[in-house]
Amino acid sequence: MSDSDVPLISARGISKSFAGVSVLRDVDLDLNKGEIHALLGENGAGKSTFAKILAGVHRPTRGTLSLNGQSVEIPNPLAAQRLGITLIHQEPISFPDLSVAENLVLGRGEDGWFNRVPWAEMTREARRQMDQLGVAIDVTRPMRGLSIADQQMVEIGRALASDSRLIIMDEPTAPLTPREVETLFGIARRLRDEGRTIIFISHRLEEVRALCDRVTIFRDGNKISTDPIDSLNDADIIRLMIGRPLKEYMHKHNASIGEVALEVEGLTLPGRFQDISFKVRRGEIVGLGGLVGAGRTEVACAIFGIQPAERGVVRVNGAPVDIRQPHDAIAHGLAFVPEDRAVSGIFRTLSVEQNITAAVPGKIAPRGFIRRAIEKLLAADSVKKLRIRLASVRQPIGELSGGNQQKAILARWLLADPNILILDEPTRGIDIGVKAEFYDIIGELAEQGRAILLISSELPELLALCDRILVMAEGRLTAEIPRAEATQEKVMQAAVPRIQQQAAA
Amino acid sequence: MSTTGAPTTPAAAMHEAAPARPVWHVALVRPETMTLVLLIVAIIVASYLSPYFLDIGYILRSFTLSAEFALVALVLTMVIIAGEIDLSPASNMALSACLFAWAQASGIPMPIAIAIGLLAGLAMGALNAFMVIALQLPSIIVTIGTLTLYRGLAQIIAGDKSIRVPDWFIGIDKVMVLGIPVPVVIFIVAALVLGLILAGTIFGRQIYQIGTNEVAARYAGIRTRRIKLTLFLLIGLVSAVAGMMTASRLGSVRYDLGLGGELQMVLMAMLGGTYIFGGRGTILGTFLAAWLLVVVSTGMTVANLLPAIQLTVLGVLLIVAIIATNFIYSRTQR
Repeated sequence: MSDSDVPLISARGISKSFAGVSVLRDVDLDLNKGEIHALLGENGAGKSTFAKILAGVHRPTRGTLSLNGQSVEIPNPLAAQRLGITLIHQEPISFPDLSVAENLVLGRGEDGWFNRVPWAEMTREARRQMDQLGVAIDVTRPMRGLSIADQQMVEIGRALASDSRLIIMDEPTAPLTPREVETLFGIARRLRDEGRTIIFISHRLEEVRALCDRVTIFRDGNKISTDPIDSLNDADIIRLMIGRPLKEYMHKHNASIGEVALEVEGLTLPGRFQDISFKVRRGEIVGLGGLVGAGRTEVACAIFGIQPAERGVVRVNGAPVDIRQPHDAIAHGLAFVPEDRAVSGIFRTLSVEQNITAAVPGKIAPRGFIRRAIEKLLAADSVKKLRIRLASVRQPIGELSGGNQQKAILARWLLADPNILILDEPTRGIDIGVKAEFYDIIGELAEQGRAILLISSELPELLALCDRILVMAEGRLTAEIPRAEATQEKVMQAAVPRIQQQAAA
Repeated sequence: MSTTGAPTTPAAAMHEAAPARPVWHVALVRPETMTLVLLIVAIIVASYLSPYFLDIGYILRSFTLSAEFALVALVLTMVIIAGEIDLSPASNMALSACLFAWAQASGIPMPIAIAIGLLAGLAMGALNAFMVIALQLPSIIVTIGTLTLYRGLAQIIAGDKSIRVPDWFIGIDKVMVLGIPVPVVIFIVAALVLGLILAGTIFGRQIYQIGTNEVAARYAGIRTRRIKLTLFLLIGLVSAVAGMMTASRLGSVRYDLGLGGELQMVLMAMLGGTYIFGGRGTILGTFLAAWLLVVVSTGMTVANLLPAIQLTVLGVLLIVAIIATNFIYSRTQR
């Protein structure tokens, strides 16, 4: 067996879980020398986690990696770099005030603390590397002010400087112009021809097709397939990415749909989202789908007053409202369960009851002083209704599991008795059993006549729960699909801008 | 092409919440307990050193020397719990007292002079609040700046001279209510009122919530900026009150009134178990710590320890308090 037949990287049985939630299960994958290998999958399918394990950012919970047939451990990014594995970040992490040359030699970690910095030599070498890449960047200027494309080139240069054998690019093209993408692809192909291996993560099928040799598809933390790109057409790929069986949580609620409760018209926040208009009626669940970064959370934050839009009108029950801060939104009967529980939801060290009652001060303190009995009653009632599993309502919420924390945040908003409820990825990172409970609760809330806007990256969730699905891509609404016509393919096509253009052509 | 049916249940079992801590653990394993124990130890040691310490009157008289700082430290505790800090109160005390003394010395009637002093305190609090809340600057930097600024302005107004205050205004510390000096009474009443507000009202509750997670507080509809503004105004006003109490006790005002007091205030809050990163702490803790500090420093003076050694002891005390507080919180947090 000649050396080139041994895969560069062999992953066997790689599994990873975060806080008990498994995000990657038993992944076997071989990466050959001199190939560009695409990783595809929905958000949260596990492709980025897998890439980060290779780059030493995460350690696998189980499984083994071998490099050139020899078993290796990759405990941290420095170790990965020493083994010749480099991860290029989408938004490159660099030291903006240091020069390009200095950034190029960062993280090699070979020098002692007090060694002289060989400035001249460093600059010469940096210049040589940039020439090799065929890009014209002045290596003595600071990183600040370089375009993202140039910053990526510096990162690639850094990978070459440490003679990387495996270069991982995690959605490198998202912030680039078409011309910059072409330059990047040219370099990637040249690196492949030198015998290096490149992992390319992207949502854009067209790019994957143009660049990659083989493609591996992830879904729900499992590797689904690995095939040469030529053997699959786009429809195959989308089917493999989303083709999980529609699960048992397919249950349609039967709420009667009433008046328009929330209406948004021409909402715009430059750089985030453009000209967003939609309506949500009482008793209706409207889904908001799209890829991460499409601007969905930003729209929700604008409606709720966290970062108000610059232009556009929000109407509640037909009347225009001016919402400058969340306090105003609550007064108009809105509630918002945010995406990132730890950052914008819970008060980790405070008791569960305090967390539950945080948005309804008027209810627990009728005359300014907190009435413990009322607070306890409200909290205990919520715990019972939502089946929150805990030892005591007085224990810090940080001691609860993720799903139960999420239920407590939902309980907080239900106490406010909102007419309009915005849920941003309400089931992210929680166990499957608790997810099903959430779907029941969301259905019930709609039956009670509340208007619900559900932001979700999980297609089956949107299809199962929503009366209508809005789709956003790159800050714009690209589709509005009624329940009867909604399919995973349709939503996905509207969410991925390149595919939509292809379909139109 | 291999297509596997995706298993739907994660391998990890559902994990339930951790068991709650037993009641005695919640009640006793907290920083205030440490402060109380230290206070008792300090009193026992001090009474070995000097029989004066068995005389409650002696302790009360000693306390009047620190009562103004202790009063401000109560409000500072609330500021720190909200996740901010204010290092300017001692300078605020000096500037508002100087303005008050200068006003009455130039013939302005006393009530108006007092109002000028109090308004000056509020204005200083408002300036801090403006820079922290509207300009979003870190409060530690802002108040180090105003610490210097307010002291400098006080020196411009008062020069190197002492400004006398009227005789009737002098001697607040000699006035007794039920045998307790008035500054101590003010401190105790303020502790009760602020303690009730912090522990029992929505305002107090939201102070803890902001200090624990300001982003989450905003998302929950809490008006974080309004609460922080209130706190900065309150500490400005209370500093001015403390400045005038000091003027009454000393009988005259100089620009260096209360010099270095901010360290004592921070020391009291820290010794009382207030968490420097916000979200935790109580008025009770600071209340106990103020007494502890008075007993320790008076005890050292009685024992004829050199000032340099006294300073060292206070420094060690502060560091021990911070370590212990952090340790206790990290054990109870999980």
